[in-house]
Amino acid sequence: MIAAYARYLVLVGGGVLMLTPFFWLLSSSFKTPETIYIFPPQWIPDPIHWRNYTEVFDVIPVLRYAFNTVYITVLASVGVILSSAMAAYGFARLRFRGRDLMFSLLLSTVMLPYVVTMIPVYIMFTRLGWIDSFRPLIVPHWFGGPVTIFMLRQFFRTIPLELEAAARIDGASRPRIFLQVILPLARPALVVTSILALVYNWNSFLEPLIYLRKQRLYTLALAVNALKEFESGMDWTHYMMVVATIMVVPVIILYFLAQRAFIEGIVLTGLKG
Amino acid sequence: MPVATTEVPSPQPARLPFYRRLSFEETMFGWIFILPAALGLLLFQLGPVIASLGLSFTKYDIITRPRWNGIDNYVRLFSDDLWIKSIQVTLKYAVIYVPASLIFAYGVALLMSGRIRGIAIWRTMWYLPSIVPSVAAAAIWRWGLHPEFGPINFPLKVLGLPAPRWLADPDWIVPSIVFISLWGLGNSVLIFLAAITGVPPSFYEAAEVDGAGRWRKFTAITVPLTSSIIFFQLIIAVINSFQVFTSAFVLFGSNSASSSAGTANAALFYMLYMYRNAFGYFRNGYASAMAWILFLAVALLTLVLFKSQNRWVYYEAGDEAT
Repeated sequence: MIAAYARYLVLVGGGVLMLTPFFWLLSSSFKTPETIYIFPPQWIPDPIHWRNYTEVFDVIPVLRYAFNTVYITVLASVGVILSSAMAAYGFARLRFRGRDLMFSLLLSTVMLPYVVTMIPVYIMFTRLGWIDSFRPLIVPHWFGGPVTIFMLRQFFRTIPLELEAAARIDGASRPRIFLQVILPLARPALVVTSILALVYNWNSFLEPLIYLRKQRLYTLALAVNALKEFESGMDWTHYMMVVATIMVVPVIILYFLAQRAFIEGIVLTGLKG
Repeated sequence: MPVATTEVPSPQPARLPFYRRLSFEETMFGWIFILPAALGLLLFQLGPVIASLGLSFTKYDIITRPRWNGIDNYVRLFSDDLWIKSIQVTLKYAVIYVPASLIFAYGVALLMSGRIRGIAIWRTMWYLPSIVPSVAAAAIWRWGLHPEFGPINFPLKVLGLPAPRWLADPDWIVPSIVFISLWGLGNSVLIFLAAITGVPPSFYEAAEVDGAGRWRKFTAITVPLTSSIIFFQLIIAVINSFQVFTSAFVLFGSNSASSSAGTANAALFYMLYMYRNAFGYFRNGYASAMAWILFLAVALLTLVLFKSQNRWVYYEAGDEAT
């Protein structure tokens, strides 16, 4: 009995501790530099400096950065889902020579550290003149992602073969079966993988850092990082917190809209390695 | 109801390997469907891996043509104090992070498993930090761990306890970054929770009949039956620990590439130093040599772990150990 209560106590206490940094984020985004660096730390800022949220637009073009981030995130995620779904269908349902080899090669790249491919890919994009454009952050995603392919393939294999056979008798071609039978049936799996892709691209940092040098091309992540540098003796931590909040809020909203899909996605990627 | 499709094997000699029996149509569409992924594999994975090996034997600043210099880069690395420093920093991180993350995540998952009320709330509370973009997390903790004004040190100071200087103290920098990573570990918690929940209750019932206590049930049933997931998470933790970048860069990296990473370079993670070489000094050959050494180290370690799994990882009969 006591053990049970202790357990709830740890869960509540620990859970609250896990959530407090969100509160700091929000509260410091309403502080002035003077009230951020103060002891004891203020939990509720005094005064609540609402103006941070308007002033920040004068310091950096937040709207443009938000637009850049959305643009890259959406196009990259659409690309990875479409191309991965195609590949997953091929791997799940069609039998052809070289299939199993290709699939295991593809899966093995999950283990490949990003750094080993980073420099040659960067050089390739430099040669193409793609530095300081969004293309290096979008185009590679149109060539499938191993984890997405793996997850979708697992799901496609659970779709009854009879449905496909029936469509074939009606004379549907493979592309048509893919588009009109498989994809509609795979909606739950597509939702799960889309969410993972959206969050991944939204949070991405190293790649934008490498490819986007011009400030007007920055994403929100790059903006947060850029605000850490002191500009002419000014400390911009409060603005950093504002932009970080702007980055965090959409992800949290997405989580609450699609909690089940989120958790399913995580568990699927982890359980069936 | 017999259906005439290619799925039904024709009554030919069944000895033929499956691809001999395949129709041309199926093969053609198969390759068409996987074509983007196959190209991606070639263009963005396999090709670059080979290319970076080649580059690692050259001196290359992108502007002028690469110059072959044999194993010079590798030789120079071993007398590069900063490279050695970056390995020390990264290993220190790995040694703390790998066990800490596994124990923390497994422990939390255990707390949440079994008959428990309000699981959705607990799950959300513990999971939410892991979806915070790592840049934003770094921003939060940059202030949160501030030695003078941060809320983490506040209670310590009030109680008169020794308060570490966290990100400002070279000895505490790596533990601080482990701490930040642990905050975002909700993924592993959920994965472990699913694994622990998946253990069939009949096992525990049988053990109870045999008089097994709580601890015995944990060590003899829960751990062995989830060991394949522990193993997988272990591999991921090892791979991730070698590739720390974002938090270290936001907290300590500077846009002027030559500045030190934290006091006494105590935050000079391997990736940070590699990034500095490639994109600060344009030493692409040198950085590629660094990348390949990291790659070999990760591959070797993964291999050793895979070899060790027979000793301690349990796969249920019928599970394919892929």
